[in-house]
Amino acid sequence: MSDRLLAVDDLTVSFSSDAGRVQVLDHVTFAMSRGEIVGLVGESGSGKTTLARAILGILPANAAHIESGGIRFEGEDLLQADPADIATRVRGRTITFVPQDPFTSFNPVFTIGSQIMELMKWKSPLAPPSSGLSRYARTRRKADRVKVIELLKTVQLPDPEAMLAKYPHEVSGGQRQRLMIAMALMTDPKLIIADEPTTALDVTIQAQILKLLRQLTRERGVSVLFTTHDLGAAHEICDRICVLYAGQEVETAPAGRFFAHPSHPYTRSLLDSLPSREHGIRGIRGEIPALVNPPAGCRFHPRCDRATGECSALRPSETAVGDLHTLRCYHPLSQPEPASAAS
Amino acid sequence: MSLAGETSAVRTAARADAPPLLDVAALRKYFPVRDVWQRQVGWLKALDDVSLFVRKGEILGIVGESGCGKSTLGKTIMGIHPATDGKIVFEGNDITKLRPDKSRALRRRLQYSYQDPGASLDPRWKIRRSLHEPLVIHTELSADAREKRVRAIMRSVGLPETHLDLYPHEISGGQQRRVGLARILTLQPTLVILDEPTSGLDVSVQATVLNLFLDLKKEFGLTYMFISHDLSVVRMICDRVAVMYLGKIVEMGAIESIFSAPKHPYTQSLLAAIPQIGGRKVTDDFWLEGEPPDPTNLPSGCRFRTRCPLAESRCAQSEPPLIEKRPHHADACWLSA
Ligand SMILES: Nc1ncnc2c1ncn2[C@@H]1O[C@H](COP(=O)(O)OP(=O)(O)OP(=O)(O)O)[C@@H](O)[C@H]1O
Ligand SMILES: Nc1ncnc2c1ncn2[C@@H]1O[C@H](COP(=O)(O)OP(=O)(O)OP(=O)(O)O)[C@@H](O)[C@H]1O
Ligand SMILES: [Mg+2]
Ligand SMILES: [Mg+2]
Repeated sequence: MSDRLLAVDDLTVSFSSDAGRVQVLDHVTFAMSRGEIVGLVGESGSGKTTLARAILGILPANAAHIESGGIRFEGEDLLQADPADIATRVRGRTITFVPQDPFTSFNPVFTIGSQIMELMKWKSPLAPPSSGLSRYARTRRKADRVKVIELLKTVQLPDPEAMLAKYPHEVSGGQRQRLMIAMALMTDPKLIIADEPTTALDVTIQAQILKLLRQLTRERGVSVLFTTHDLGAAHEICDRICVLYAGQEVETAPAGRFFAHPSHPYTRSLLDSLPSREHGIRGIRGEIPALVNPPAGCRFHPRCDRATGECSALRPSETAVGDLHTLRCYHPLSQPEPASAAS
Repeated sequence: MSLAGETSAVRTAARADAPPLLDVAALRKYFPVRDVWQRQVGWLKALDDVSLFVRKGEILGIVGESGCGKSTLGKTIMGIHPATDGKIVFEGNDITKLRPDKSRALRRRLQYSYQDPGASLDPRWKIRRSLHEPLVIHTELSADAREKRVRAIMRSVGLPETHLDLYPHEISGGQQRRVGLARILTLQPTLVILDEPTSGLDVSVQATVLNLFLDLKKEFGLTYMFISHDLSVVRMICDRVAVMYLGKIVEMGAIESIFSAPKHPYTQSLLAAIPQIGGRKVTDDFWLEGEPPDPTNLPSGCRFRTRCPLAESRCAQSEPPLIEKRPHHADACWLSA
């Protein structure tokens, strides 16, 4: 792919804690193009946030270990580059982040406005690229503030001026989430990593935010890595969807094929577990494995009714089953006839 | 200036004989609004004349646009925010003026689960301590008995016991949320206000948690107020639902009646915005345009009229009251039949 923006290659990450060492990402490979919205889905604890943090370079330094792999962004290996340089040039600038938990992302003792302006001081597109100076020129501050107000309106926040005067605990959950989204847009990024960005939003505002993200990708070629549990939201905007299970990517497919013709048994059960009026609320049979001592081979095999001896011996390699559709499974669900023959 | 305007405490469904477990009448919560210099310049009417009741053993859903006052409603009932005006009666006792530190026993039976899963967990404490703490404060249980209850609750929210030895930042967002729920359930309350209890949970965990709520309801006769923006979940588990818009209830009643035949244009737009997998994309043809109005500077008359496709001149003149126009189904719209 010539238009490749991001390539995560064979990434393995583990954490140490009192409960032992856990391998949270197991040789994950995955790529994104410019202007593309990729959904990253999977059950709780499957490693979505860890992958997002690894790309941003904000894994907790004392607990996390990157055991193998590389992350290339615009051709540059982020894991090999100088961390200080990445911090000023890339993180929060060309790659921005909408964190999963909008509640802990603001400092409770400062107003929202002062925190946003502090961010703009360092990271606004108008800021000189690598100034160590702590001056914030008046004219630039003014221009930045206009842009901030503009963006708060774009994410549907009423009365932006008053919003800036508030403290974090004085805004609603969804308002805080929209503030985080607005902050991720302020620096004109190339890649936005949005970790469950709409969990606190009602469906009408969610629809408007998703529309906005899609507009940004179409008009400005921004790419979005969209982490979500909500397959409905993924259906709305994703071009491709990548499924993570217990730290292993198992299937990546264009959104249409993902919903219509999933190939991995886990993807199938994920789709079947959606609450519906006929079937009520049901989950996926079995439990997500503890990652301290994960199953060998394909980590899904203990919950899979197609599993054979081979599945627990060796993790299947990646195979292409269609255009942009890749899979890691020895016993995929049968593929439908090509679309032309179907109609 | 008088804070409270005129009151319209209208009831929807006919009341069962028993007095409701919770009865809220004409509740108001106004927050001061400040400018950049922190001078007060007005009021934000986060709750503006809200009346509702919850019967024992039922689940009342609360839905509405982000920022419309759902959490404020929960927190004001719980006593976390003092009410500006109105009355809250819980188990027959007027608790409007009770401070949260008073009457512990009463407050133990009424619990609010924070929308923010991290808020109830101290980052410096291991999960075990966070779960023991409420039992230490509210019960006389021995350390062994507490540990037993804590372990049982951990199991019922689907978390391994090894997680008791972890810190909040060492577990995933969904896991934190389940710990937050476990913390409340250890106290065995009668009415639980659940503020977005399933947001950020994947379908499997959601199923576990929702089934847990339903089981606990059956087992202990629990009653819930269920604040959520996940409308398909609301439809599946709630008996009645209240739809809020900018601090007011605009439609309320029996769940099926509202979901199958919404009367208020705001409810209609809300239901139309639910993503349908495999179906049309909501983002392609979503019609609720415009920004939500500024809650400190509300439009005259009906507060939805600035975004309402049906609005007429009379909608700007006075505010439509919430009226039960068909059995178990009330709405606040001048134009609804
Ligand atoms: N700092 C840490 N120390 C130890 N374990 C950690 C740490 N951070 C995450 N983990 C573990 O890594 C696993 C993956 O966590 P992660 O937050 O990436 O999951 P997720 O897919 O984002 O889940 P969710 O959907 O619930 O947010 C979890 O089992 C979690 O307990
Ligand atoms: N402590 C406070 N001080 C000032 N304003 C507040 C305070 N708490 C909430 N507000 C404002 O009151 C309104 C209602 O907030 P609330 O948190 O109740 O909304 P919500 O319906 O729960 O929204 P969400 O779905 O986004 O969580 C919002 O406009 C919010 O900014
Ligand atoms: Mg996460
Ligand atoms: Mg809220």
